[in-house]
Amino acid sequence: MKLQFPKITVWRAIFAGIMLSGLYATYLRVMYGLGGSTNMSDKFPWALWIAFDVMCGVALAAGGFTLVALVHIFNIEQYKPVLRPAILTAFLGYSLVVVGLLYDLGRPDRLWHPLVMWNPHSVMFEVAWCVTLYTTVLFLEFLPMVFEKFGMHKPLEWIHKISVPLMILGVLLSTLHQSSLGSLFLIVPEKLYPLWYTPILPLLFWISAIVVGLAMTIFESWHSSRAFGRALELPLLASMGRVLAVLMSVYLWIRFLDMSHRHVFGLLWLNRTETWLFWLEIALMAIPAVLLFQAKVRMRPGALYACAVMVVFSVIANRLNVGITGLEAGSGTHYIPKWSEVAVTLSIVAAGFAIFHFVAQNFPVFEVAGHEPARAELEESEADPVAV
Amino acid sequence: MSKAILYDSTLCIGCKACESGCAERWGLPYNDKIAAEETISAHKLTAVETHGERYSRRLCMNCQQPACASVCPVGALQKTALGPVVYDADKCMGCRYCMQACPFQVPSYEWNSRLPKMRKCDMCSDRQIKGKPTACAEACPVGATVCGERDELLGEARKRIAEKPGGYYNQVYGVKEVGGTSVLYLSAVPFEQIGLRTNVPMEALPETTWRVLELVPDVVSTGTVLLGGIWWITNRRAEVAQKEGRRR
Repeated sequence: MKLQFPKITVWRAIFAGIMLSGLYATYLRVMYGLGGSTNMSDKFPWALWIAFDVMCGVALAAGGFTLVALVHIFNIEQYKPVLRPAILTAFLGYSLVVVGLLYDLGRPDRLWHPLVMWNPHSVMFEVAWCVTLYTTVLFLEFLPMVFEKFGMHKPLEWIHKISVPLMILGVLLSTLHQSSLGSLFLIVPEKLYPLWYTPILPLLFWISAIVVGLAMTIFESWHSSRAFGRALELPLLASMGRVLAVLMSVYLWIRFLDMSHRHVFGLLWLNRTETWLFWLEIALMAIPAVLLFQAKVRMRPGALYACAVMVVFSVIANRLNVGITGLEAGSGTHYIPKWSEVAVTLSIVAAGFAIFHFVAQNFPVFEVAGHEPARAELEESEADPVAV
Repeated sequence: MSKAILYDSTLCIGCKACESGCAERWGLPYNDKIAAEETISAHKLTAVETHGERYSRRLCMNCQQPACASVCPVGALQKTALGPVVYDADKCMGCRYCMQACPFQVPSYEWNSRLPKMRKCDMCSDRQIKGKPTACAEACPVGATVCGERDELLGEARKRIAEKPGGYYNQVYGVKEVGGTSVLYLSAVPFEQIGLRTNVPMEALPETTWRVLELVPDVVSTGTVLLGGIWWITNRRAEVAQKEGRRR
């Protein structure tokens, strides 16, 4: 490898700017505490770093468990080419969630406390355990890419042996903590706005995590195909788009059914910020759901990508609504993030993109090594993997 | 038997002796500027509020089934048998879930500290263990805040209402609110008029999350079998297909 000064491009300049502001915000966080670096208060103790860095971070990383389940447990091998990028995203996502937590916790040096000081009645305790274990699982699921890169065959074999239980464990852990991020808010019935507070929050969080996991997979494939000049796996992504359309319809159906049972339809027409944010969230999911039901849309890379982006923003909006905006009225306060909160969050996202790019470039992420060429060939003829 | 505080807002004269007594017990600074603050915070664990010509006190309700203790991932908050909800700062990792979960927005955080702690009233747990009343009850010159057994105080509160029906709003706050609290309020007017929350649920909040958490073992066991079964079937099908050399 030759050492050379990187070319200055617009994106690199933006990246450097974000990282520098994040660095200064980090200095403020360390020196002046949460008070000096955030706009949180006694009345509003959770804010951007929880709602975005943790809740959105975990949701956006859900492609890992979704794809593992589809490819290895449901044995839909056609999805294999996007499995590794999904695992990489998940591993990066969870690692960055931990970074976000280090900023948000008042005592980041005690991050390990829940592992030894138990309170099984706490949702946060469950989330802490699941995230710890699942990050470990993701690391093990990511390792084969490293072993392959350096031609380490022995450990590769070893990890293949434990791969099935490992993957089942990963799917279970994900199911538990993806839903539990919703359960966290079951304890605030009088604070969270009724458009979001429902006893089935955990179920909604789980389904929307699967939805956004698939959307992120499409999003990544599209970007990486442009960044690395690969061909886009269009038939595969299109079939994923159809699954997505069905899942989103189910999600929206459950959501409105639940609202009708809770008699909150009256809130839908009030002129309040919450109403607009709710409709934004719903529209960003309903529009791609309708579009993706049409084969014409699914087969056009640009349209498919646009749908995926809408879905991603819908789920981000949902997490921010549950974690921030839906709590403002009930907490009797108003919250706007301080610049340093935004800077840290942007730095984490930017770091995520950069590390993904680096790993994808240097490790076998996008080409699946042919361990089972016979079967791969066999599956190639399968036009529609979902119609099992 | 558990200890409780009865605060009779109709007797309160707003002298703030409870505030200074509390500050002294915690070793917190207390001066005119702090006395003028009407909200509880990390440096003021109880506060006398003015509502027109009436007064009301804010302090930790030390709930019977506290949300804060149930959500704390490290068990830093505990409801003691004696009544107080106590906090172990050495365990706390600063996730602030207790603050989010508290229906009364009581826990405060040392936001500007580099090694911050949560702060809240613990009903003078250490004093109660020795059989002494809380510092606020001891300081109160007019008996607006009294300390004792919860059952007895509840009886006392109901007796006061019965003896002077015109002088009291006919309810005791803290009996059913969030499943019952260790701080009971009497008021001359409906409770929301002296700044108390009347929109809190009447059920104990830990129930809301426990209903889901208790399903975890079911999800794990059923999920393992289900996922393992699906894997076995789909894998077997692929194996058979491969052996037979046919295309599905």
